[in-house]
Amino acid sequence: MAIAAPTARKPRHVITYVFLGILVVYFLVPLWFLFVASTKDAPSLFGGDSALWFSGDFNLFTNLSNLVTYNDGIYLRWIGNSALYAFIGGLGATVLAVLAGYGFAKYRFRGRDLSFAILLGSVMVPLTALVIPTFVLFSELGLTDTIWAVILPSLLSPFGVYLMRVYAAEAVPDELLDAARVDGAGEFRTFFQVALPLMRPAVVTVLLLSVVGTWNNYFLPLAMLSNSQLYPITVGIGLWQGLAAQNNGGSGVSLWTLIIVGSLISIIPLIVAFLSLQKYWQGGLAIGSLK
Amino acid sequence: MAEAATAPLATTKVRAATRKRTARERRHSLTGWLFIAPFGVVFVVFLVTPLAYAFYLSLFSKGLATGTAFAGINNYVRAFTDPSFLKGVWFVVRFSIVLIPVQMLVSLAAALVLDNLTNRFARFARLMIFLPYAVPAVIGALMWGFLYSPSFGPLEQIFGAFGADAPFLLSPDNIFYGLMNVVTWQWAGYYMIIIYAALRGIDPTIYEAAKIDGANSWQVALRIKIPMVRSALVLILVFALIGTLQFFTEPQVLGPVANGTITPDFTPNIYAFNLAFKYAQFNYASAISFSLGAIVFVGVYIFLFVTRKRGSVL
Repeated sequence: MAIAAPTARKPRHVITYVFLGILVVYFLVPLWFLFVASTKDAPSLFGGDSALWFSGDFNLFTNLSNLVTYNDGIYLRWIGNSALYAFIGGLGATVLAVLAGYGFAKYRFRGRDLSFAILLGSVMVPLTALVIPTFVLFSELGLTDTIWAVILPSLLSPFGVYLMRVYAAEAVPDELLDAARVDGAGEFRTFFQVALPLMRPAVVTVLLLSVVGTWNNYFLPLAMLSNSQLYPITVGIGLWQGLAAQNNGGSGVSLWTLIIVGSLISIIPLIVAFLSLQKYWQGGLAIGSLK
Repeated sequence: MAEAATAPLATTKVRAATRKRTARERRHSLTGWLFIAPFGVVFVVFLVTPLAYAFYLSLFSKGLATGTAFAGINNYVRAFTDPSFLKGVWFVVRFSIVLIPVQMLVSLAAALVLDNLTNRFARFARLMIFLPYAVPAVIGALMWGFLYSPSFGPLEQIFGAFGADAPFLLSPDNIFYGLMNVVTWQWAGYYMIIIYAALRGIDPTIYEAAKIDGANSWQVALRIKIPMVRSALVLILVFALIGTLQFFTEPQVLGPVANGTITPDFTPNIYAFNLAFKYAQFNYASAISFSLGAIVFVGVYIFLFVTRKRGSVL
């Protein structure tokens, strides 16, 4: 509890609320625009009505049905692809990060400090710098333009390992692990039954971060995939936007409504995930900043 | 272990214990490696190998007539004398210098205000400010592209109400600010949460003590809170630096609607992408990627070295 602002200071509170109000409006306006624009048909989108308010007709459901039927329902396929990549990539990255973070935190072994130093250094390597060489490697292996080209590189999350190590070091007491060992539990049983439940907030945080990272990734799938059937939603929407901009005024006009309503739908899953799991990640995000 | 020296009779016992301990340690050490091994494999295959391969590729050049030939450092000489590459680097460096302080200020101010309030509105505001983080960069850039657009954005209407012309944020003169706004919108909430979490970790008795010493809340914020979340601020700065120097998605997405403002060499990453996938110059693109990685690495390293106080911060 912050006690710093005593109740006697009313005027400062007003400024506080005004400041917060402005921030909330700023951060919500684009989302509000997206929602309002999703309810418009193409003519009223360009018709010079107020961009931030509804027009006469409510076309959300027409737009939605156009969205899911356009081009044989390719939109649903893109959403499915995104879910698949984010789920396998994010879950895989989390499993690897949890195991490695626990290993670094709770075992002393030769080469540990050196390996961890290398890992920390790798957090600074921009992952996009790896995309082009990974593409060339994959194309030699015949892996480009497959789902693995997107999923496999997503398994790498050095920052997740770092978070898990910091968290496990604090949240899992050595005494508890020793007690489990004395009771005859093997190392892996100790990990699953004693350590893992204690690490849950960090696990949820790392899972969310890696799922969001994979779901939002654009550069990697853009480089790796050329078959539009394999696109995730980010690359798919980007493709539509490029087409619509080239053909502005012609068939592009109707494509803009699909882009808008498609964008709206695509952000719902992650927003729901964040809102429903906030109890976990809000605590978990503190990990990196406390050390 | 200390009693071993006092009792000569116990030496054999001690030796047995040491042997037992080393056996246990060895097993312990092996288990430690087992936990790390799966990640280690991914690390080697998808980080070490591509980096090494990028370096290897960057040492060769490929021409239609000459085929693949060893080029030594020629690709790097070419990169660091290539106006396109240098222009992109200069842009992202300039962009970082302006953007990062703005982002930090917004997120720090929001976190400090939210730390002082504990009511329902503050909780709501905290979530809403964070929400853009969950929006893919592609969608974020698209939405702002719409909002900037004179044909269906609201800027024209808002400025029109005051009888002024709206700035076109996608024009060559204003794209810097247009992009800055998109990135700030996208990331400030995430940074805010990190600072906020660090603020929550401060022991509240410190504030009591400061209040007894006569500090007002402004002084508490400046003299206690900000210094105590220093490591969170450094972490954010590092993230922002790494992210901004490899800037790609937002300018790439705004390209089609910004009519020529986003050139194929706008940022080093866009340049490398176009070299590789439009012109099939994978060797030169690898040199650019590798140079960019090195610039980010050195930049972040220098930053950490300058700001570090005790021990490593990250």
